[in-house]
Amino acid sequence: MTDAYIYDHVRTPRGRGRSSGSLHEVPPIELITQVLQALQQRNALDTSRVDDVVLGVVQPVGEQGCDIARTAALYAGWDHGVPGIQINRFCSSGLDAVNLAAAQVMSGQAQLVVGGGVESMSRVAMGADGGGAWGSDPIVTYNTYFAPQGIGADLIATRWGYSRQDLDRYAHASQQRASRAWSEARFARSVLAVKDELGFTLLDRDEHIRAEATLADLAVLKPAFTLMGEKGGYDAIALQRYPDVFAIDHLHTAGNSSGIVDGAAGVLVGSREIGEQLGLKPRARIRAFASVGSEPTIMMTGPQPATEKALRNAGMSVADIDLFELNEAFASVVLRYMEALAIPHERINVNGGAIAMGHPLGATGAMILGTVLDELERSGKGTALATLCVGQGMGCATIIERI
Amino acid sequence: MADLHCSIDADGVALLTLDVAGKSANVVTDSMRIALADAVERIAADPAIRGAVITSAKNDFMAGGDINAMIAFFDTLTDEQQVYREISRPFTEVLRRLETCGKPFAAAINGAAMGGGLELALACHWRVAADDPKVLMGLPEVGIGLMPGAGGSQRLPRLIGIQKAVPLMLQGRPQTAKQALDLGIIHAVVLPPDLLSAAKHWVLQGDAVQPWDRKDFKFPGGAAFQRAEIGGFFNLAATSAAGTTQRNQPAPVTLLSAVARGSVVPMDAALRIESRLFTQLLMNPVARNTMRTMFASKGACDKLARRPKNVAPLAIKSVGVIGAGLMGMGIAQVSAQAGATVVVIDASQAQAEAAKQRLADGFAKQIEKGRMKADQADAILAKIEAASDYARLGDCDIVVEAVFEDRKLKREVFARARAAMRLDAILASNTSSLPISSLAEGVAAPERFIGLHFFSPVDRMALVEVIRGHATSDATLAQALDYIKLLRKTPIIVNDSQGFFTTRVISVYLSEAMGMLTEGLAPALIDNAARQAGFPVGPLALIDDLTIELGYHASCQYRSDAGAAWVEPYGFRVQAKFCEELGRKGRRYGSGFYDYVDGRRVAWKGLSEVYPPQAGPPAVEAIKSRLLYIQALEAARAFEEGVISDPGEGDVGAVLGIGFPGYTGGPFSLIDTVGIAAFVAACEHLADRHGERYRPSAWLRARAARGEAFYRRAAAA
Repeated sequence: MTDAYIYDHVRTPRGRGRSSGSLHEVPPIELITQVLQALQQRNALDTSRVDDVVLGVVQPVGEQGCDIARTAALYAGWDHGVPGIQINRFCSSGLDAVNLAAAQVMSGQAQLVVGGGVESMSRVAMGADGGGAWGSDPIVTYNTYFAPQGIGADLIATRWGYSRQDLDRYAHASQQRASRAWSEARFARSVLAVKDELGFTLLDRDEHIRAEATLADLAVLKPAFTLMGEKGGYDAIALQRYPDVFAIDHLHTAGNSSGIVDGAAGVLVGSREIGEQLGLKPRARIRAFASVGSEPTIMMTGPQPATEKALRNAGMSVADIDLFELNEAFASVVLRYMEALAIPHERINVNGGAIAMGHPLGATGAMILGTVLDELERSGKGTALATLCVGQGMGCATIIERI
Repeated sequence: MADLHCSIDADGVALLTLDVAGKSANVVTDSMRIALADAVERIAADPAIRGAVITSAKNDFMAGGDINAMIAFFDTLTDEQQVYREISRPFTEVLRRLETCGKPFAAAINGAAMGGGLELALACHWRVAADDPKVLMGLPEVGIGLMPGAGGSQRLPRLIGIQKAVPLMLQGRPQTAKQALDLGIIHAVVLPPDLLSAAKHWVLQGDAVQPWDRKDFKFPGGAAFQRAEIGGFFNLAATSAAGTTQRNQPAPVTLLSAVARGSVVPMDAALRIESRLFTQLLMNPVARNTMRTMFASKGACDKLARRPKNVAPLAIKSVGVIGAGLMGMGIAQVSAQAGATVVVIDASQAQAEAAKQRLADGFAKQIEKGRMKADQADAILAKIEAASDYARLGDCDIVVEAVFEDRKLKREVFARARAAMRLDAILASNTSSLPISSLAEGVAAPERFIGLHFFSPVDRMALVEVIRGHATSDATLAQALDYIKLLRKTPIIVNDSQGFFTTRVISVYLSEAMGMLTEGLAPALIDNAARQAGFPVGPLALIDDLTIELGYHASCQYRSDAGAAWVEPYGFRVQAKFCEELGRKGRRYGSGFYDYVDGRRVAWKGLSEVYPPQAGPPAVEAIKSRLLYIQALEAARAFEEGVISDPGEGDVGAVLGIGFPGYTGGPFSLIDTVGIAAFVAACEHLADRHGERYRPSAWLRARAARGEAFYRRAAAA
């Protein structure tokens, strides 16, 4: 098997995913095109050598539809020979894109592939695809015990006894870590300022962070999923799956859940051979990756089995991983993962995560992989594992090793 | 034609008059369907006929499917594809032919158009209803475990939009002519004498193409899978269906599926989808069990099918109630509502007056909420006299005792009542468990003594258990039934025994649930499992609300009554522990199986120290079947002992009286649906594992060995 290496990683800053957000006026095709162009320029890339562009998009409709990966390659002015494929595995799409890029390289069927993702949540809102059969075909909704993510997040907190204070403390740490990382320019290598048509910078920082937020500020926020759970009837579904739970404690708020943002990211993956040919320096080797399905109503307990599977694939154990990066979809997801795998807070999400900086669905997986690679390089550590919980009950994990 | 008269007027408008032979209401029968199909072909083929008006010669327009026939032929349904072809499709195809035959059809809705009746009207190109209170329209099939099966699930949404049509079909609430007009279900409402002429007038200039068969048809409000709003609507509706039915009743979600998937295809395909899903519901035992218990058996109870014959009906004008508590006042209220004058006796005039005032205060709240009209409340209160003097019972035709469950107190009350009452008047006890025959001992005119077990709250609970003591005469039974009918309640006839039927059945259920605590099962798991099994409230939450103490006292009372014959109920030690040792006697006392924080029920953390939790994954399925089977087994024992003599009555009693899950049809239907042999085998297994209380009797084992179900199978058609 050929080894797959990461040669570069670029991401946009994350703009608040609403009409007042700095990236709202930028179409998603522009976000991802600037990422592709940056990869090209930073690496003086002969794009005719790129075998594929794999992009994650979770709402692949409207201006994000119609295989935006191929559109982006064309619009970026890349060689016509570069194909593109858009994929969707909800929140892990960006990491899956990198894994599929790596898989093509590992199998010897490709030499150089871009994996990444894009999501303009302010322009193509969650649910724009209509929810699919899962969310809108009544017999499917019924038979799959559909419940929205927030219910699963609160169910995790209820089942494993995380209090509101536990969740808020975690969220507060995320904000603190993210703002420290920014103030120490820890993301400098990867973040690309998004420019407008005239070259003015529209955004060069993650604008969702609330560095000043205190625990007291977080404590006053109202639980976000009470109405949905109780009046919407989803709590009843959760109890049908988890009949040993007496009632769901609705504890997650906008403050301890991931932010809705706009953004794009790309990771350049290739064989050692192509790197040598093009004069590129590998930054990390992709050791292993894995995806799993998990119980869909609680939905977000997949990172643990995904991690275990990826570790098995790599012949490694938790102790062999220096840094973990788990997407902060909800605070309870991370707390449960840390508890289940006995991972200390010091080794996970050390520069904050989506609670502070936001979760641009299709792009996040590629972003957090790049973030943890930057941190390996900064801290001189060796191995890292990036993982995400995924809608409909799935998980995805990737292990990298710094070169 | 026998079921459908056809005449053609001078203008060439055919008048089709439904009059199904041998039925009090028009129902869909084979012969009616064939007659309609023939008429449609004749109208389509005859150039002299310009179109048709469909109306009815009966009081109703059409009542829909023939439920009794459906119950009867259920046992003959074996092959899905055959049922689809022979049962689900034929009427649908006739109606589709009617709406596409090229001639305009108008429905002149002269009376109730329910189910298939409304579906027939919806297939017509134009609908006009008479402005008459008896005109009601609805698609109530989901309530009996089915769904509209003759195009209703497809035509109604195309007419008024998915978001208006779905609630009408899920809830089945009948609409008046005016409401139907506002909703867009019908096109016009006219005075009854103008009904036919309005319909004919339309036919003469009417268009024979339905809106949904036009090229430019736009689904009002949007079809499924096309608008996020509709997708969200279906998501919430499916979630709600899963929650409220606990996945035990397939009809609601199947209807949603038919509407959603049917909405995006042309009508012919949509009707095939409907027919397929209807077929699946029809072949599901839930529909048969629901129809048999809630329609056929309940109907027989309501009609007093088992009332002793040759007893003159008793005109009940005056009712006495002794004991002005919640039950007594409830009985007084429903009696007054039924038109009787009522005397309520309590220990003192002041207590009786206060009770009447509480009733009036309750009415005032109802009036405030718009659920009652002031004049109705006044009329009821005017008929109720509060008193303490037993002499006021002198004119009563029937007197119902509703005092505490205390033999000594009851004995005193009976003696004083009898002394004041006419000897030919009936004396009834509302005891929920004390054997009637022993209560009757020493009471004058024991042949005029009977048990009438009302349920709380009396004004909302439909069931009354009528308990016949050893001395109760046929005439007393018959006339007590007349009284229940007057109250518009549903009586079941039960022979005397400790706990009669319903109390006996629910007691083993509550006892089993409490006993499960000793096995280390968590209250949340037990209560959630019970809800999943279809009980409206978890048993432990219910006991906490009633207080654990109440059941404990009843158990102790029974222990002293039964003497050496007493067998300790499974939950007895739990009752004793909570009442005697732990001092957690129920919600009213601040704590019970659960804790109560700011009025909210929460788990009690200390329980795991009293009963160490069972390890392993939650055995929810096992708990569900235990809670259902222990009751079905007790019902079978009551049947064996002759306490209940008709499985239909037993099922009606259990479903209406104690909230036994309706989708099962009741405990006897449940055993038959599981299969009596499989049921007995499962109980033997449970007995080996959990104790002898699950052991089937020799009688039941023999019955199972013979394969003799509780309900007789309908003869193969």
